[in-house]
Amino acid sequence: MERTALRRRLTWQVGTVTEIRQETATARTLVVDVPDWPGHLAGQHLDVRLTAPDGYRASRSYSLASAWTGETIELTVEEVPDGEVSPYLVEVLKVGDPLEVRGPVGGWFVWRPEQAGPIQLIAGGSGVVPLMAILRAHAAAGGTPPAKLLYSVRRPTSVIYLSDLKEIAASDDVEVTFAYTREAPPGEPRVGRVDADLLDAITFTPKDEPTTYVCGPTPFVEAVADLLVAAGHDPARVKTERFGPTGGPR
Amino acid sequence: MTADVPTYLDGNAAAGALREVFAVDLTAAVARCNGCGRTGVFAEARVYVDAPGMVARCSGCDGVLLRVVNTPTDTYLDLRGLTYLRVSNAE
Repeated sequence: MERTALRRRLTWQVGTVTEIRQETATARTLVVDVPDWPGHLAGQHLDVRLTAPDGYRASRSYSLASAWTGETIELTVEEVPDGEVSPYLVEVLKVGDPLEVRGPVGGWFVWRPEQAGPIQLIAGGSGVVPLMAILRAHAAAGGTPPAKLLYSVRRPTSVIYLSDLKEIAASDDVEVTFAYTREAPPGEPRVGRVDADLLDAITFTPKDEPTTYVCGPTPFVEAVADLLVAAGHDPARVKTERFGPTGGPR
Repeated sequence: MTADVPTYLDGNAAAGALREVFAVDLTAAVARCNGCGRTGVFAEARVYVDAPGMVARCSGCDGVLLRVVNTPTDTYLDLRGLTYLRVSNAE
């Protein structure tokens, strides 16, 4: 029966925004109550559709930020300058408004609690969103297996989920490292892109056989995935999710 | 106009459009490119959403794997570049 339920045609549903959390100056989290949401795996995403008064429609794909708890879903949207959908989601939408969504979709860039081996997460900018869903599912599963997050971000004020990440980092189950590309906080000497030396110093080694999830802008993901494969990681265990200027944060 | 950064996304960007037509998730399916024979997970394909419709290209040879175009009344699917899609029966 469950299989029948999974294999149904995907349709648009109308949810209601129940809470909004400002994460940074340009990103915010929307908590949405979707009455018939079937649940999702960490790493999956959903499509959001906006309809203008004249009938014009635009849809975009966003990563789910929350692990499924049986209640609401969360997505975190970073505003894309000149974007078609994200400025509305970040600046206009308010609590109580309807939001048209369909999902969950995507069965590749996901983490399942029964999956063997350590988890290596590598985020570029708002690419941290699906990785946060994985960290939340990981915490809900009891904090095993070992997990590490490397989060490349422009400056301290660009960090999404700062308080949640501090809490997770303090739990001993997850090692969190920030790599600042433009401006580091006081006392942090390193400013620069993720490179081979940094990956070698702080990520799981190929011998640890981690499953690595890389999410961020397309050039970031390509560069990091190439470095990991060059360092000896099995390409089959390096999962990537890219977003570009056309797709908005995913 | 030439884009100075890559404009493609990955196969996951096509997940919703494909799930409107197919009853199973195709992003985790294994796809074989009809052009170069490369075999890989569809999620690793390059998806362009800024064209009219959506185009998925092979990450090996850049050949078109599939196109999806939605009109107000119909969805057009062009699967010309796929030799096959292997979908897991386990769920």
